[in-house]
Amino acid sequence: MTASLIELPVTANDRRIARYAAAAIALTVAEAALPSPLPGVKPGLANIVVLIVLMRHGWRDAAWVALLRVVAGSLLVGQFLAPGFFLGLTGALASLAVLAGAVRLPQGWFGPVTASILAAFAHIGGQLLLARLWLVPHDGVFYLAPVFAASALVFGIVNGLIAARLLKDSL
Amino acid sequence: MKNWLDLLRPGDWIIVLICLAGVAASFPLLWTGGKAERAVVRLDGRVMAEFPLVAPHRYSVAGPLGDTLIEIAPGRARVLSDPGPRQYCVQQGWLTRPNAIAICAPNHVSLSLSGRDPSHDSIAY
Repeated sequence: MTASLIELPVTANDRRIARYAAAAIALTVAEAALPSPLPGVKPGLANIVVLIVLMRHGWRDAAWVALLRVVAGSLLVGQFLAPGFFLGLTGALASLAVLAGAVRLPQGWFGPVTASILAAFAHIGGQLLLARLWLVPHDGVFYLAPVFAASALVFGIVNGLIAARLLKDSL
Repeated sequence: MKNWLDLLRPGDWIIVLICLAGVAASFPLLWTGGKAERAVVRLDGRVMAEFPLVAPHRYSVAGPLGDTLIEIAPGRARVLSDPGPRQYCVQQGWLTRPNAIAICAPNHVSLSLSGRDPSHDSIAY
């Protein structure tokens, strides 16, 4: 039996996605160290990276980075396949769905901040929906929706501004 | 600060304002403990009648002192009149929240509202 060598060709695109994903994962891990006043209220700094990838390289690459971030980030903080992982995954999928629409908005009018706010709302909306259907089968989870919505708006604006700034500086 | 605001495009401002209005409008949700759905009238702790809070209705219970008149309206209920000496349960006015209760102790009558899920098993008084 001869040893066979399987080599997967790595494209420049793969390397770029890996670099961005690494940045997003680093932010996720750093953020996991921050105390959160309420589960679900988080800055979501990794979404800055997703926004930048979305604006520079399109939705497909952004989806790769977002999903790699969820999987690898949860492995690193020891949450893989725990409820938090599925909540994060649902949030990421919901925000990617919204971002697919947000990039089609007229660019002169709507910038990264709009995309960021809409993605933040989709993120918490998807998580609340999964929590309602699966973890807390009671409408009580929605009583805190205003708090989640307010934090989504604040962090959506802040993350969007940071992404817009970084995109502008790199031009 | 100026530099940061320059990053917002006209549509971004519109989205921020719409979302801000939506978030502000959603905040009263925090303070409503759900919706009251049924009114329960008790005499000596026994349930005499239960009404869904949908249509206007009046109901009279005969207690030891006389008749206590209960008024039901969409989303709320109150004790309209009671023969008790101090009228506490009448002065309480409309009850609107789940688990709110008006007790006409002298006449042994109570009016309580319940939501979809009871938050406690029973009240003893």
